[in-house]
Amino acid sequence: MNTENLPGLYLHIPFCRSKCAYCGFYSRTDISRIPDFLKGLRAEMALYRKAFPRFDTVYLGGGTPSVLETPHLEAVLDTVRRHFVIADGAEITVEINPGDLTAEALRTLRALGVNRLTLGCQSFDDAVLAFLGRRHTAGQGRDAILAARAAGFDHLGLDLIYGLPAPGGDPGATFRGWLTTLRTALSFQPEHLSCYQLTLEADTPLAATLALSPLSLPDDDLSARYFLTTSERLEAAGYRHYEVSNFARDDDHRARHNRKYWDHTPYLGLGPAAHSFDGARRWWNPRDLDAWVGALREGVRPIAGEETLTRDQQRLEALFLGLRTREGIDIRAFRRRYGLDLRAERGNEIGQLAAAGLVRSDGGRVSPTRRGLACADFLARFLS
Amino acid sequence: MNHIRNFSIIAHIDHGKSTLADRLIQITGVVDARNFQDQILDNMDIERERGITIKSQAIALPYRAADGRDYTLNLIDTPGHVDFTYEVSRSLASCEGVLLLVDAAQGVQAQTLANLYLALENDLAIIPVINKIDLPSADIERVKEQIDAELGLDPETAILCSAKEGTGIEEILEAVVRQIPPPVGDPEAPLAALIFDAKYDAFRGTVIHCRLFAGTLKAGDVIRFHYNDATYRVEEVGRFRLQREKADALRAGEVGYIIAGVKTVSDVRTGDTITHESRPCAAPLPGFKEIKPVVFASIYPIASDDYEDLAVSLEKYKLNDGSFVYEKDSSAALGQGFRCGFLGLLHLDVVQERLEREYDLSIILSVPSVRYHFILKDGASAWVDNPMHYPDPVSVVKSEEPYIRAAMMLPDRYLGAVMKLCMEKRGVNSQMNYLSPGRVELTYEMPLSDVIYDFYDRFKSVTQGYGSFDYDLIDYRESNLVLLDILVNGEKVDALSQIVHRDRARARGVQACDRLKDEIPRQMFKIAIQGAIGGEIVSRSTISAFRKDVTAKCYGGDITRKRKLLEKQKKGKKRMKMIGNVSIPQSAFLAVLKSDTD
Repeated sequence: MNTENLPGLYLHIPFCRSKCAYCGFYSRTDISRIPDFLKGLRAEMALYRKAFPRFDTVYLGGGTPSVLETPHLEAVLDTVRRHFVIADGAEITVEINPGDLTAEALRTLRALGVNRLTLGCQSFDDAVLAFLGRRHTAGQGRDAILAARAAGFDHLGLDLIYGLPAPGGDPGATFRGWLTTLRTALSFQPEHLSCYQLTLEADTPLAATLALSPLSLPDDDLSARYFLTTSERLEAAGYRHYEVSNFARDDDHRARHNRKYWDHTPYLGLGPAAHSFDGARRWWNPRDLDAWVGALREGVRPIAGEETLTRDQQRLEALFLGLRTREGIDIRAFRRRYGLDLRAERGNEIGQLAAAGLVRSDGGRVSPTRRGLACADFLARFLS
Repeated sequence: MNHIRNFSIIAHIDHGKSTLADRLIQITGVVDARNFQDQILDNMDIERERGITIKSQAIALPYRAADGRDYTLNLIDTPGHVDFTYEVSRSLASCEGVLLLVDAAQGVQAQTLANLYLALENDLAIIPVINKIDLPSADIERVKEQIDAELGLDPETAILCSAKEGTGIEEILEAVVRQIPPPVGDPEAPLAALIFDAKYDAFRGTVIHCRLFAGTLKAGDVIRFHYNDATYRVEEVGRFRLQREKADALRAGEVGYIIAGVKTVSDVRTGDTITHESRPCAAPLPGFKEIKPVVFASIYPIASDDYEDLAVSLEKYKLNDGSFVYEKDSSAALGQGFRCGFLGLLHLDVVQERLEREYDLSIILSVPSVRYHFILKDGASAWVDNPMHYPDPVSVVKSEEPYIRAAMMLPDRYLGAVMKLCMEKRGVNSQMNYLSPGRVELTYEMPLSDVIYDFYDRFKSVTQGYGSFDYDLIDYRESNLVLLDILVNGEKVDALSQIVHRDRARARGVQACDRLKDEIPRQMFKIAIQGAIGGEIVSRSTISAFRKDVTAKCYGGDITRKRKLLEKQKKGKKRMKMIGNVSIPQSAFLAVLKSDTD
């Protein structure tokens, strides 16, 4: 399956039944606009089919792709195949919210060639789900996993969130609650896990709530404890902690689509607010369904902004993206591609990081250790 | 000469001196309203922002008085901070009278009194002015009582004014004409001109501001400075409008400027007397003092590549600030830099800010110090203002440190707290004097080193802003000094060393370690901070390593944002100084001087 270098296709489905308290992604709740959106998506695909003819990953994210009815999902995937060549063995992922899709809908997705689902379970604790403003319960989360298995999905990813404020003023209890969620998740033996530390995004209800409340997010030490314990537990259970927030049962089950973001492989993002990258230039669509639809009606690419990366910027991105992965950076490949010999120019810094136990530097690579991943942003600042 | 009045405005800080000056300038039509920029005399950004005048200025105001005659009113602005008392005294020596400005809400304060004393010493006519009468909290009757009881002036002569709203301005101008005597002096006598300020002009060199007490001066004359016997040929003389206005001659009684090819402001001494080379005056004008810096600190560039830039900037800065001195210096921890002398902590702040703002330099200042005196075993005497040059303790027979007399005015309800603070600062020989019921004047003799160590901030805080403070350097007194070193991960950071009194050393060591712990961000390894005297560790704190520094999500839409953030953070990194492998922020060096109670 040597198709790693083909671009990836991302489709942003900008609809949700309700907004979650913490989420800063663009979406809207008036699902009556779905037909407009689907029409726009077709038009946008047509505008890019020449520039991006082939993909080997397709990712439906959002928003909530699973708010789309089965015929709509079918239409989307069908349109994708009519406009682009999807390589054999491509990874086709759909994000699903527990409670959204029936067993039958899941079987249909499977039949349409979707071979990977990520389920937004977030937690297996109803109180936590309520705090996050999720519409589903822990029970619905468990049911969704079983339903996906029953529909034949053998590449299942679970999304989880940790590091919530402790409502009772007992951070220890909140921490133990997270470990319970983690154990529940493991009991389903998912092929992939994404464990995200809760981040306050500007202009979200959660940010507003916390600004007015005595509750606070975990401090540096507790955050580290969440991160490192999660990593230890999951690795002990046989998972590979291959990126800051991502764990895979084995190398073949790493998220192929997301990995393109981390190694500067081109990707095309369609839909409002989606970002695209062609290797040097990055552009993004308006965070506004109407603006996006409007541009497409006029037959132009709905681009809100763009940038062409300078060599320095490419280098900086490659550095911080590479250092988010456990594989880290291949020093020779980095020199070839970005013209900087890290060993020669940053040898001293790499030595200091290695001495502090934050990276390993051998076999021609600089790779973060577990503790290094916990401060990957620092690694990038230090080496940039 | 009868149509000239030379006067100054004196006031406690923030009592509205610059605003009043603006109104006087505006009403006399020197500048029209359209071109009017508030607080014209404070023409440096920093002065405008802090509301204080650092360098004095002068301006001639044309005024037709009620008697129908035209007058020239020379307004000589004075610096408004305790660090610049000497400069104030020289400006006052150039005048025949002053407007003594008192805030209608705050009343008489320590600097009001200190300035009044300066005016009395110079035998000046004093016109009390109560300003800010528009404030809701104005209490004119109370201020009048204070003017009577505390200043010993006739409260009935006080003019009520709101410089902000422009009320009382005409009355002030009339009072200047009627109550301040015209200057006297013989224009035919040998020249005696008092230098009260000097400014640097990129095209003309130093512009000397002076008051002629005797004689006549014109272009082409050869002048001599009394202080160093340097002689110059006068290129131009003139008077002050908003800009300089060239004149044929300056005569006794007048205020004006001299341009005479003097290269830098440092070649001129405020308070010096200028006379003619060919026909000198018999004696210099009284009151000259060579002012010496009292607070010292080293300046280093954060990036050592910037050393040359720093050198050039200091040279330029020095052109306009004769009281600033510097010389080369080098630190094991911070590399090449300069040792600088300042008139006080405010002066230091101003220099630091101007270097950063106007010259765009990122600099680090070492912990400020006063100048200590040591008598050594071999009988030699050593003056040390830099802890790096602390003499070998076994060779010291006697050590001395500078003392000041602090004069404070405060409502008596804060007396206990202030006395406690003064004693903590090793204050001795206190004297107390009730100025009026409820208000006391308190004086203490205190070591200057303790005053620069967070005294002013804490004084303001314990008196809730109602106390005011002024000081004079008095003498050197025997002391028991030790050198407190700070070690960061075992490495001595010489720029953090302080010379301290032995009794305070341990406490200061603890405070320094605590402050540094707050100021130095967590890094990838644990950092030990230690205070040491000789070889003995007296205090320690630990900064644990950071453990988490990563954003959870980084997918297609996050990358640009994330990169921009990193680019921004990279710039911030430049404001840190690497010492060994520890990055220390600029703020840490001055923070050592502050206590935890701030």
